[in-house]
Amino acid sequence: MLTLLEIALLLLALAMTWRFLGAYMADVYEGKTKWLGFVERPIYKLLGVDPNKEQSWKRYSVSLIAFSLVSLLFTYFILRVQNLLPLNPSHMKAVTPALAFNTAVSFVTNTNWQNYAGEQTMSYFSQMGALAVQQFVSASVGVAVAIALIRGFSGSGSSTIGNFWADLIRGILYILLPVSAVAAVIFVGQGAVQTLGGPVTIHNALNGVTQTIPRGPVASMEAIKQFGTNGGGFFNANGAIPFENPTPLTNVLSIYLLLSIPLSLTYTFGRMVGSVRQGIALLGVMVFFFLVWTGVTIVAEHGVSPALDAAGFHSQGAGNMVGKESRFGISSSVLYNIASTQTSTGSVNSSMDSYTPLGGMMALSGMMLGEVTPGGVGSGLYTILLFAIVTVFIAGLMVGRTPEYLGKKIQAKEMKLASLGVLIMPITVLTITGIAMLVPSATGAILNKGPHGFSEILYAFTSQGNNNGSAFAGLSSNNTFYNVAGAIAMWFGRFGVILPSLALAGALASKGVVPATSGTFRTDSALFGALLIGVILVVGALTFFPALALGPLAEEFSKGRLF
Amino acid sequence: MAKQFVRSILASVVFFLMLGVGYPLLETAVAQLAFPHQANGSLTAYGSTEIGQQWGGTKFFHGRLDPYTPLATGGSNLGPTSKELAQQTKKAIAMWHSLGVNPTEELVTNSGSGVDPDISVQSATVQIPMISKARGVPVSVLRNLVKKYTVGRQFGFLGESYVNVLQLNVALSKLR
Repeated sequence: MLTLLEIALLLLALAMTWRFLGAYMADVYEGKTKWLGFVERPIYKLLGVDPNKEQSWKRYSVSLIAFSLVSLLFTYFILRVQNLLPLNPSHMKAVTPALAFNTAVSFVTNTNWQNYAGEQTMSYFSQMGALAVQQFVSASVGVAVAIALIRGFSGSGSSTIGNFWADLIRGILYILLPVSAVAAVIFVGQGAVQTLGGPVTIHNALNGVTQTIPRGPVASMEAIKQFGTNGGGFFNANGAIPFENPTPLTNVLSIYLLLSIPLSLTYTFGRMVGSVRQGIALLGVMVFFFLVWTGVTIVAEHGVSPALDAAGFHSQGAGNMVGKESRFGISSSVLYNIASTQTSTGSVNSSMDSYTPLGGMMALSGMMLGEVTPGGVGSGLYTILLFAIVTVFIAGLMVGRTPEYLGKKIQAKEMKLASLGVLIMPITVLTITGIAMLVPSATGAILNKGPHGFSEILYAFTSQGNNNGSAFAGLSSNNTFYNVAGAIAMWFGRFGVILPSLALAGALASKGVVPATSGTFRTDSALFGALLIGVILVVGALTFFPALALGPLAEEFSKGRLF
Repeated sequence: MAKQFVRSILASVVFFLMLGVGYPLLETAVAQLAFPHQANGSLTAYGSTEIGQQWGGTKFFHGRLDPYTPLATGGSNLGPTSKELAQQTKKAIAMWHSLGVNPTEELVTNSGSGVDPDISVQSATVQIPMISKARGVPVSVLRNLVKKYTVGRQFGFLGESYVNVLQLNVALSKLR
């Protein structure tokens, strides 16, 4: 009951945010919001950018790729020389080349897959100046692409889709930074740490325990980690450790933050294309998946872990508490982990690896749907728009009519780009998972035996291919194979979808608008929503069902067998 | 093309200064002024109330089955069909039975952080007879102590009710 109340209040808060943040974001990207103009203008001047000068999709893409490559080098460089830089109280060594490369790709692609434990690897300088910076900018890049694609629909006979630099800077200044600045203070007030003071050693005379406790500028990273759907934590334990996520309030605040932008962008989309109902149709699809996946997982985790059952433990009714925190219990743990896996955040407040077979499969399959439920900041919207195009195409085939979406004719070129954007993720994930199963250093990294071990690898590449970053963390993935293969999966998973999306934006913007007739398939209807749900499910199920059968399904149906 | 790279470098420098230096330093300043206790790790004379510790024997309340090594945080990651997890649980149950305690879920499982500072109220309650016997303190006194240190669901509906093990044990040591 209390869980339902928590979910209801969360949805209520998100509904209000949807309306206001959605409208605010539309204003920001249309250049109507100017309260930080005194910061914005000098940056344009320094970069030599005219924010009103729009770019073609090709120039937009070149700017985006150039910026991402430079970000990659910056991040890599800082990690490689962190031992020479200040703010390194624990005297962390330089990060090794393979790990630094993987981590740089991970944070630049908004994935935040972590092949390291923060408290053992990263200096404060690296956490603040390299990783948290990318948590802001990679999020802003994601939203920029979504906005550019929206402009493709709203433009008519236009050769441009906006200015990348203006979009990038506005997203950071007007949206990400102000909200993070406020949220970080709430995190600290509840008990998160925020200090440059270095680790502290304590001694407790009562039990003779001596502990060295790592600290750091945690709360400032925590806020953008959630709001930018990044997920990369300061500590290895991520959102499970009280220093990052101290109370049930910060837990639900985290969930609220990571859902805010992905959901609200559907309002922004609706307003920018001139019909909020179009956005509501997409929102409905996102919320449907989210609630179903959350519900099933909550029920699954209230069950008993097969291993505890086999050990002869008499359940006291708390549910599968393995890897879960006492202050959160089952429901708040599940809500956080499902929200995080379905927004491509990937932060965890409980160990995914120790979830029940069905619970773990829900997190995994949620990612396999392509991170559109609601998906990451920006990436969720641009990916669901690709699915929407596939959907109107299929609907068009059924009635034998040239499909249209928002007044734009969907022809061969658009269809090819949308299909490419939709299929690149499953191709990347399944290919690399297949290769990994043949590489001894990859299978040797497995912690849990049996089908669960295969799930660990499948989960790793599904997560990275979707730029999620969540992990079945038993996998010891800091080796050359995982560092390189993971970086490839993250790079293709990100830019393999962004480039087709931007090309699509260009193709759509150049088209004129076809007026709607009585024969036009309405894309703001429940029928369209249902079809879109069907397409997302069919694409996900057809590509991933065999892999799921080998992992979590085999485990679920092994009926009490232990490995 | 070259122009975009120059812009990218300039932008990266601006973002580094603004988001990588200015933002965290400002947050640190605000945090240290507004909430110095929390911002520095909720430290007390006995340790941090946010980072759990290993307790043993029969004179103190135990926490989770965690290693409690804050320099290597995280869960055990043992899967739901892991033989190792079953064996570990069996051992934990046997340990509790030898102390005369019928354990709850929290007492035979690892947490997600590996440093969980809390246990459920039920998990504290089942340990009361053990402690009462070892310390010669009446059960009713211990019940009141647990009740006093129970943190209810936040705002009445968020998360679970729990007890902070460190605070409870410090109070226990100061009884009479």
